[in-house]
Amino acid sequence: MSIDILMPALSPTMEEGTLAKWHVKKGDVVKSGDVIAEIETDKATMEVEAVDEGVVEDILVPEGTEEVKVNTPIAKLSGEGEAPAPVAKAPEAPKAEAAAAPPARVEAPRPAQAAPAPRPAGERIFVSPLARRLAEQKGLDLSGVQGSGPHGRIIKADVEAARPGRPSAAPTAAAAAPRPVPSLAQLGIPDGSYDLVPLDGMRRTVARRLTDSFRDVPHFPLNLDLEIDGLLAARVKINAMLEKQGVKVSVNDLVIKAAAIALMQVPEANASYSPDGIAMHHHADIAMAVALENGLITPIIRQAELKGLAQIAREAKDLAERARTRKLKPEEFQGGTFSVSNLGMFGVRSFSSILNEPQGAILSVGAGEKRPVVKGDQLAIATVMSVTLTCDHRVVDGAIGARWLQAFKTLIEDPITMIV
Amino acid sequence: MDFDVIIIGSGPGGYVTAIRASQLGLKTAIVEREVLGGICLNWGCIPTKALLKSAEVYEQLGHLGDYGLKVEKASFDFAGIVERSRKVAAQLNSGVGFLMKKHKIEVIEGTAKLEKGTGAPKVLVALKAGGVRTVTARHVILATGARARTIPAIGLEPDGDRVWTYREALTPKAAPKSLIVIGSGAIGIEFASFYRALGSDVTVIEALPRILPVEDEEVSKAAHKAFEKRGLKFRVGVGVKKLSRSKTGVSIELEAGGKTETLTADVAIVAVGIVGNVEDLGLEALGVKVEKTHIVTDGHGATGVPGLYAIGDVAGPPWLAHKASHEGVHCIEHIAGLKPANLTSPIPGCTYSTPQIASVGLTEAQAKAQGIEVKVGRFPFRVNGKAIASGELDGFVKTVFDGKTGALIGAHMIGAEVTEMIQGYVLAMTLEATEAELHATVYPHPTMSEAMHESALDAFGKVLHI
Repeated sequence: MSIDILMPALSPTMEEGTLAKWHVKKGDVVKSGDVIAEIETDKATMEVEAVDEGVVEDILVPEGTEEVKVNTPIAKLSGEGEAPAPVAKAPEAPKAEAAAAPPARVEAPRPAQAAPAPRPAGERIFVSPLARRLAEQKGLDLSGVQGSGPHGRIIKADVEAARPGRPSAAPTAAAAAPRPVPSLAQLGIPDGSYDLVPLDGMRRTVARRLTDSFRDVPHFPLNLDLEIDGLLAARVKINAMLEKQGVKVSVNDLVIKAAAIALMQVPEANASYSPDGIAMHHHADIAMAVALENGLITPIIRQAELKGLAQIAREAKDLAERARTRKLKPEEFQGGTFSVSNLGMFGVRSFSSILNEPQGAILSVGAGEKRPVVKGDQLAIATVMSVTLTCDHRVVDGAIGARWLQAFKTLIEDPITMIV
Repeated sequence: MDFDVIIIGSGPGGYVTAIRASQLGLKTAIVEREVLGGICLNWGCIPTKALLKSAEVYEQLGHLGDYGLKVEKASFDFAGIVERSRKVAAQLNSGVGFLMKKHKIEVIEGTAKLEKGTGAPKVLVALKAGGVRTVTARHVILATGARARTIPAIGLEPDGDRVWTYREALTPKAAPKSLIVIGSGAIGIEFASFYRALGSDVTVIEALPRILPVEDEEVSKAAHKAFEKRGLKFRVGVGVKKLSRSKTGVSIELEAGGKTETLTADVAIVAVGIVGNVEDLGLEALGVKVEKTHIVTDGHGATGVPGLYAIGDVAGPPWLAHKASHEGVHCIEHIAGLKPANLTSPIPGCTYSTPQIASVGLTEAQAKAQGIEVKVGRFPFRVNGKAIASGELDGFVKTVFDGKTGALIGAHMIGAEVTEMIQGYVLAMTLEATEAELHATVYPHPTMSEAMHESALDAFGKVLHI
């Protein structure tokens, strides 16, 4: 008997991914635990291990295929010592070039915004026995019903609320249709005058999420200049102390720590908008933007308010390194209550970032540079860093954002206050 | 803020909520004015079960001949029975103390009162050790429980001597010679059952036309018969006009069908219902809505006052420990943003008399009153192999199905150990099982639980062993 190897779901919300690389070929013998393939999702690359033993009978989905749906057979494994069975063609195996269809949303649709997507045919529907019987009696197709029971199981109440012909009981406010994008040729750039780099999962996600955020979230920036001479001096001392441990604290690590403490001092800025209410987060989970070769990702320092600088420095270094090799686990970059984006190392003086939904604010950090400042009535020189806080106005009003910046400024300009 | 959550009351609602809160990473405190574990552990569920076990074993001694056994002169030591009950309570009380410590929950011993705060109300605790400590949290959960209803105007209030509530009934010096139990709910019936087994002359008075009025009528009837066989006396459909103390005991004026009469006994137990502990908490000033001594809450325990929640007995019936724990866990998970499933799980009820009574869901009459076309199944234990082998022939299993959909909507059991079996049906109802799943389930043989299978089969004309 041969066994189908299915496209795995690397996270609960993953619906499809790119089969980036095969580590085995037809005829190879695999043992349980062997790495057989690499799967790339919109955010990470992960290795797939074999669960069963056997001989690779056939590779059904070639390397580089995009938008492979979760649970599609990707290869066949014959049981140990068995002759290979005749090759079966994978049902609806997506072709590498079949990228014309718009990509499906990767996250689960948010309730009250969009109707749930009907499940692919043949997928198991979890439904209580009573709900199944009621649906039969009503002539209701369960594939479009959203379950409200444990793990999304469809229960009696869901069937009672759903009407035949309607996909779901959930409110179905129409989602705003995405703006049609005209082709480059229509815009006067002739075909053949450029090379086309295919959109990978991450680029698609960046495009979609940031378009949604910039269009749908009412955002505004607040600017403030900070003098960081005290911070730089403190950093020198701290690093001298940590030298033996082999840890080096960067300005960005200090910014993360100060941001976390400021979020505890002004908890209204550590919040997310949701249709049910404002979620006031218990901890400051700081997402830090990391630039990659062809994209960006925001790994998270969780509960940063509780962590010491050495630990933040260590975690930040480790997360950034693994982000660049695309080895982050989904839970390491999903979530987060506040973001920090730093372009200071490129000499950018000031900029304002796009909100990372559902976070209520994001801090953009510019370069620290010597600038003339007025002290008393004297002109003086200080190292100044400009920061911009972009706020989601549904959650963080101007005064709240300003209070947060005030708290942040105090912490940065007088770093000893961070240990109080 | 001193804490993320402060829970007031450490009964099965409060302490379980505290554990869950701590598991969710919330900094948690619990305020208790008496003893950890609340009524359930110290003055309710648990110590009564210890007493009833003694009574059950003693009653069994009277039937040893049926099992081919002999014992010379069975007798009991009343003080020993009560002492065991207190030891059991003490063990569980210290168990709760251990759980609080293990989950790093701060226990504040004292009486709490709420005052308007910024966000959630402030909690002022009049400490047992003296002084007042003010604590604040983002969320405050009231789990203050309930107590026996008393009606002082007609003498229905404990005097610590001849008139008892459950509390005095748990630790008397001796079993009274004669006893009148006013109220035939679970609490009244359990005490009646206990004292009768130890030889008291017990009369139970019920204002409604039948005993155990919340149970299915057939169960009430069977229980009435089984208790009478054990020597319990009942007066149903009679109202208490007045309870008065006499030198030697109590006398109770009854009214039934326009006629009055007087009953006398050494002791009376008042078990005429439950009222919520809503007093002296500062609820009025906060604008908390209270109806019939219970706090009004939404589907998640929220009171409408920002940051203030209520769960368990104080938030309304059924007054059951497991309902309190269930609500508490739901409430704190909701607070933590976990979006727990709605509170729709059916809640079973148990009475630990001999025979035991257990039920869940709708009675046949309730289902019919809702216009449901019912299918009813019954199966008596007297034809069940294990029951016969055990000499436990009393009782039956009754199931109520929605005839249209096949959903199990109620189950009612009376007999030995039915309180340990009911969860089979509770699980079935929680999973929204229909008769098809109950029929397809394999029940181990020989067990009394086979009667549960047969009852479900009977409702659809498929019963096997009758």
